[in-house]
Amino acid sequence: MTERQRSDYDVAVVGGGLVGSAIAWGLARQGQKVAILDEGDIAVRPSRGNFALVWVQGKGLGLPEYAAWTKRSSDSWAGFSAQLREETGIDVCFERPGGFLPLLSEAEVEHRTNQLKRLHNQPGVVRYDYEILDHAAVAKEMPFIGKDVVGASYCPLDGHCNSLKLLRALHIGLDRSGVSYLPHHRVERIEQRGGGFAMVTAAGEVRSGKVVIAAGHDGRRLAPMVGLNAPVRPERGHIIVTEKTAPFLKHPVGFIRQTDEGGVMIGDSFEDAGFDTTVRNGVTSTIADRAIRIFPQLGRLNVVRTWAALRVLTPDGFPIYEESASMPGAFVATCHSGVTLAANHALALAPHIAAGSLPEEFKAFSARRFDVPKAA
Amino acid sequence: MFQRLPNASGERVSFTIDGRPAEALAGDSVAAALIANGVQTCRSTPVSGAPRAPYCMMGVCFDCLVTIDAVGNQQGCQVRVRPGMRVETQNGKREIER
Repeated sequence: MTERQRSDYDVAVVGGGLVGSAIAWGLARQGQKVAILDEGDIAVRPSRGNFALVWVQGKGLGLPEYAAWTKRSSDSWAGFSAQLREETGIDVCFERPGGFLPLLSEAEVEHRTNQLKRLHNQPGVVRYDYEILDHAAVAKEMPFIGKDVVGASYCPLDGHCNSLKLLRALHIGLDRSGVSYLPHHRVERIEQRGGGFAMVTAAGEVRSGKVVIAAGHDGRRLAPMVGLNAPVRPERGHIIVTEKTAPFLKHPVGFIRQTDEGGVMIGDSFEDAGFDTTVRNGVTSTIADRAIRIFPQLGRLNVVRTWAALRVLTPDGFPIYEESASMPGAFVATCHSGVTLAANHALALAPHIAAGSLPEEFKAFSARRFDVPKAA
Repeated sequence: MFQRLPNASGERVSFTIDGRPAEALAGDSVAAALIANGVQTCRSTPVSGAPRAPYCMMGVCFDCLVTIDAVGNQQGCQVRVRPGMRVETQNGKREIER
């Protein structure tokens, strides 16, 4: 058996959404020969349904390493988007104007204040600025804010992008770097073979030296095949998009933001509904109502589309990055913030996978944290 | 370019197009009235700025979007002209205030 037959690729990335694509893009920059094994157009694809925030504030309560990881990605995003633009000509419209999380009652203000205080009091947590603002301070920046807005938390690190353009730019970049994108390659089995891995699909077998499970919801099925664990579950979120309007909203405001092309996205729901992506009018009415309390002007706009998509959530909401102890060379990467963390996946995680192992700092993201029995 | 049928009849309705006085026949849609008044394009698109004119005339294509009585993005083919109506052609994205 020749070397070529034993391993067609240095790395096979299972999953062609934002997480898999960003990792594959980063691997290709390290000179690795990479294949992406993807499903077809009907795959459960949160990357096509997400809200496109590059969001920092509030993340990492319970896992300070996640706060640092998130901030690091946010800090790398401008350079990352510049690299994508240079390589592909696509502007993914990254902006970092700072983000507000609007609070509609004194109770919400108190809850948010305590939450952020506890987050930032964690030992060893990364330092960054945030503020709790009252109505007047919010109105100074956005005079058209609704009277029901009691206050907001603000963080200058928050931003957003056009995530559909991001996915497209990554795929064009992958093509330019010689990555083999293999659609209709749903992985049925992964077998350890001759020091590498064989991915068995209906479209044939693909062999690689290393494998990265970045398959979102399907990680739950795939990770155990290489001695890993990705206990993710779907959490449904609805999104409403309005007609395109002249720019009026510079900042992402929690679950309301205006896109680069002028549409306003509203997405403020969290539902446990299995893999059902049916749009429920009761949910869209509720989130539209809350959005209009925050920005009364939104009530004048026509809605052009609504949809529901499924977040990929681990039991604690934090990402999983891990190399298999029983099958070295097999990795899992899964999270629900595929946009925010795209810069890290491409620029910080991929080089370690290319080098063949994850350093100590990734221990905190091991799925072994779920094996600890809960205290009574 | 377009002409009314020879047997078209009806009460005359006065309205304005971009502030200029215009006339329609009772029962005309705004889109039909614009065409009858020789308006070539009624808007430009919000992203590329390409010119658009009424096309399907039955509520499907959304190419006839205009500002009617200070409310933007109205489908001209789905609204009947009323006396005194202020119709404005649209340049790019609508404003949230109108």
